Amino acid sequence: MASNYDNNFSKGTDLAVIALYLMMACIGILAIFMVEYNPNADWATSFISGKTSYSKQFFFLIFCAFVGLFILLTDSKVFTALANILFASGLLLMLATFLIGKEINGSKSWIPIAGGFNLQPAELCKVFTALALAKFISRPETDFSKIQSHLIAGAMIAIPAILSIGQHELGLALVYSAFIFAMYREGLPPIILIFLLSFSILIIATLLLEPTLLAIILSVIAGILLLYLGKRFKRNKQAIFVIVLIWMISISTVRFAVPYIFNNVLECYQTTRIYSMVGKEYDCSLNKKAAASLIESGKKSRKPDDYNVKQSKIAIGSGGFWGRGFLKGTQTRGKYVPEQNTDFIFTSIGEAFGFVGTFTFLGLYLFFLFRLIRIAERQRSTFSRVYAYSVVGIFFFHIAVNISMTVGLFPVVGIPLPLISYGGSSLLTFTALIFILLRLDADRQMVLR
Amino acid sequence: MSVYNQNRGGIIQIIIGIVFFLIVGQLVSLQVISNKYKLAADNNAIFRKIIYPDRGIIYDRKKRALLENTISYDLVVIPNEAKGVDTAALCDILKIDKAEYSKRIVEAIIKNTRVKAGLFEPFLTPELYAQLNENLYRFPGFSLSERSIRNYPYNTAAHVLGYVAEVDVNFLKKHESEGYEMGDYAGMTGLEKNYETVLMGQRGVKRFLRDNKGKIQGPYEKGEFDTTAIAGKNLYTSVDVQVQQLAEKLLQNKIGSAVAINPKTGGVIAMAASPGYNPNLLTGSQRRKTIGRLLLDTARPLYNRAIKGQYPPGSTFKPLGALIALDEGLITPNYGYNCFGSYGACGDPRKCEHHNAGHAANLQLALAYSCNSYFLQVFRMAIDNPKYKSAKGGYVKWKEYMNAFGFGRKLGIDLPSENKANIPDTAQYSKDFGNPRYWNSCYMLTLGIGQDRMTATPLQLANSMAFIANGGYYYTPHFVDSIESETEEEAAQLAPFRKKQKITKIPKEYFDVIKEGMHDVTVYGTAAFIKVPGHEYCAKTGTAQNPHGKNHSLFVCFAPKDNPTIAVAVIVENAGYGSTWAGPIGGLLMEQYLNDTLTKESQLKADNLAQVDLMPQAIKNWYIRNNKSAYLTPIEYNNDELSDVWDMEMLAEGVVKIKTTDTNPPTPLPNADKTNKDSLLPNADKKKKLNP
Repeated sequence: MASNYDNNFSKGTDLAVIALYLMMACIGILAIFMVEYNPNADWATSFISGKTSYSKQFFFLIFCAFVGLFILLTDSKVFTALANILFASGLLLMLATFLIGKEINGSKSWIPIAGGFNLQPAELCKVFTALALAKFISRPETDFSKIQSHLIAGAMIAIPAILSIGQHELGLALVYSAFIFAMYREGLPPIILIFLLSFSILIIATLLLEPTLLAIILSVIAGILLLYLGKRFKRNKQAIFVIVLIWMISISTVRFAVPYIFNNVLECYQTTRIYSMVGKEYDCSLNKKAAASLIESGKKSRKPDDYNVKQSKIAIGSGGFWGRGFLKGTQTRGKYVPEQNTDFIFTSIGEAFGFVGTFTFLGLYLFFLFRLIRIAERQRSTFSRVYAYSVVGIFFFHIAVNISMTVGLFPVVGIPLPLISYGGSSLLTFTALIFILLRLDADRQMVLR
Repeated sequence: MSVYNQNRGGIIQIIIGIVFFLIVGQLVSLQVISNKYKLAADNNAIFRKIIYPDRGIIYDRKKRALLENTISYDLVVIPNEAKGVDTAALCDILKIDKAEYSKRIVEAIIKNTRVKAGLFEPFLTPELYAQLNENLYRFPGFSLSERSIRNYPYNTAAHVLGYVAEVDVNFLKKHESEGYEMGDYAGMTGLEKNYETVLMGQRGVKRFLRDNKGKIQGPYEKGEFDTTAIAGKNLYTSVDVQVQQLAEKLLQNKIGSAVAINPKTGGVIAMAASPGYNPNLLTGSQRRKTIGRLLLDTARPLYNRAIKGQYPPGSTFKPLGALIALDEGLITPNYGYNCFGSYGACGDPRKCEHHNAGHAANLQLALAYSCNSYFLQVFRMAIDNPKYKSAKGGYVKWKEYMNAFGFGRKLGIDLPSENKANIPDTAQYSKDFGNPRYWNSCYMLTLGIGQDRMTATPLQLANSMAFIANGGYYYTPHFVDSIESETEEEAAQLAPFRKKQKITKIPKEYFDVIKEGMHDVTVYGTAAFIKVPGHEYCAKTGTAQNPHGKNHSLFVCFAPKDNPTIAVAVIVENAGYGSTWAGPIGGLLMEQYLNDTLTKESQLKADNLAQVDLMPQAIKNWYIRNNKSAYLTPIEYNNDELSDVWDMEMLAEGVVKIKTTDTNPPTPLPNADKTNKDSLLPNADKKKKLNP
């Protein structure tokens, strides 16, 4: 059984995913081309000269295709065997960036490698974490219905996430929350999801409402619940205790935790972005970090603005229903959207091809994600399934957060749009994620541990 | 174990579906529902550059350009590129200091950002331009940019032509849909305003793509949406630049106005109002310095008295009063009135200048001698006309005539803000005199000699002369005869000026009588000493009482008598007798127009008249108080550059050049009495003030 796939790697490989992968990558290069296009220069020459982002991305893609091919030619067992070692070395690499890291765009998360290229270990660490998590959950001795296992899995996710925050890569850190999908699939109690959901609603409410008013509302809800439940379960002291506990947690979150995080943990610009989502302005003088850097630099605080999101929305909105046409977007041509070939790449598609384009594009992504879920569900081994759901989670999180932030539904955090955004590290990561999954899927009849 | 959680795959799909649905919802709202983003994108990225066409040129009747366009240069700077500038040298040329230099740079940045060209010094003089052009290499980031401004080669007709100025917020509000933008220039007064749409031409728009720093990337869509500029059209007017200049010259140092119309077409030959200003003072760099001073001047040099000034017509009304009575059948040309120097039929006697018997024995004589009694009597007859049963009825009919003659209403000349002056309606009188049923003609008696509440603009007076000259009709006075390659729309704009206005049905023979009477005025009457060499003419003098001081001097006339081609009205405020000041001015204007030149004698007279200072003392005092050395801005006709233009024009016309630079300064006329000695009739027009 094991000897067959060596000869013909395409056997059992999901070709639809490969096709989607190539399609997406090509759309990405096209989108980057739209951003970089210069009508005064001959595009063919600048493409061959390799100095433009789209030609670089093209070469990245060729490189990634080789990596993908290589992965498909390996043995599935390699991944189960190396999962923990890769995870450990990934964490080591991330730690190493604190020593030998190079700072790009304010985050010290890059390691320079030969040829002027830089590697971002945190990106690759996503792959390693996915493998390690799959390895951990698929262990015969792991009983994922136990809270102990949840905590260990949570720690495996939290370590790289915390390291990413240390590198000022908030976006990358948030991505690690995507593993919740895989954990949920494997038996994480839904109450945790519900809890997380209510918690985020609470935080949004904290932003929208006055703290005092919100505290009163929470108290009233708690009071009504107590009266109602108190009558029904007179004996049930535990329920009353739980309600009081939740009430206290909520109030302290609203009054202390959230302001503390906004003012002391997050950077001024991050808090500003979060506030601008709900249409409010944040006074940066409240921010400890901003205050410290102000004293340091002796500069006046700049009025915070949401220029990025504004221009991004203008670009997407100006596309209208049918779009402005290929290479005809004025926002793109005028370089009004910052970071347009990386984090805001979606705007160039939105402007050029309009709602028709964005809708089709999202449809393609949705089809891709559902295809991955289908692959995940057909795995016999837990390892493959957990890994597959991790991939689904990571892709979904990237897509959802990236597009939401360009259309103004989510605060701006710097995470790329999978397979579309310019960037070698990110393309390599997503390539690895997909092709490892395809490799595992090709061996779905095997039970891997 | 995993089997139990199989349904969770579905839940995950639902979660993914919901999130995608939310994103699509937001995309619908951004891309499909809202269209403000498209506008925002255009505002961001498309830079519309207005290409200004040259404004149309205005010509006089002999195709001499009353105004032209010249190029003026501005010094502009792109602050970002202004590095390594030889500041000291630049400041030296512009005569500014370093602080001023930095201030202007900052201003340019505020107005036009760092990367776009901003104004540094507007309207460079030719010397400055030359100096800067030579040294421009020392000032990186600085450049010279062209703009077209008006230039008036004859320094004349400021009130008529009007001026162009930068549009302000109010203008933009009023003309919202006409595509003006901040920084545009538009005609603000005069013909420039009235024919703005014709003169303006069509502005071209070029669209450029600009980037996030405001730098121009290149044409938008390869210029597909660009429109080219179409130059403004030229106007051909009926103005005669020489008559116009003469009129302005003669009114120098006086307050007043002169209007000359060609009765055959209604075309205005000359329209002068004094004090005026040199139109070149309101263009280019001069404007900033001058406009404030002109606005504040107590003599109101910007005020076009020819169409806005309201004056009692005085005796110049008398021919019209006679016409009314003739048409109503109240008098015949042979009607006489026995005047012995005053009119006493209404209580207080009203004085007449003449007491010799028979000076009002018939209409012609009464006109020639301007007999007050005669015309007061004729007026009373018109008001008390039994045909209309009451004084009110008679008055209403009388007013109807006056309106038909063009008084008390706007004539519709092609200049903005014409005044309709005043022919009082019955409401104004019933307010004072009570119920019109009990009125009698004595209440408004002095209307009969052009006083009381009757006022008229000089234009209306000139038009009434055209009306009489034509024998019962006129053409609406206007300047523009034709527009270059006239469109239907433009023809429609000019159509009212090409239509004969024949409102009354007064028979021609009555006009002949009036003309004869007015001719007699110039033969042995009040204007007998004023001659137009080679031509017989008709005229009427007027000396109007007014509440502002000395009598206004008025003169209306037309010539030649048998085939009139010019009708003139002249008013000199607070100057005295009509025959003394307004009369000679009217005579000279007719001579200039009819003969295209002045005789040597007339020329001398004109020079003398120009020197006479008749400014009211109050205005002179104001100048002294405000440290203004001269009256406003005397127009320099003996400008060197200008006399070149003169020479060429004159040679081309084959006429003798009018001597504008006299080697011997003309001796000013000492006073009014001296002029009277020249008159053939010593007692001419020696009306004393009428008792109120």
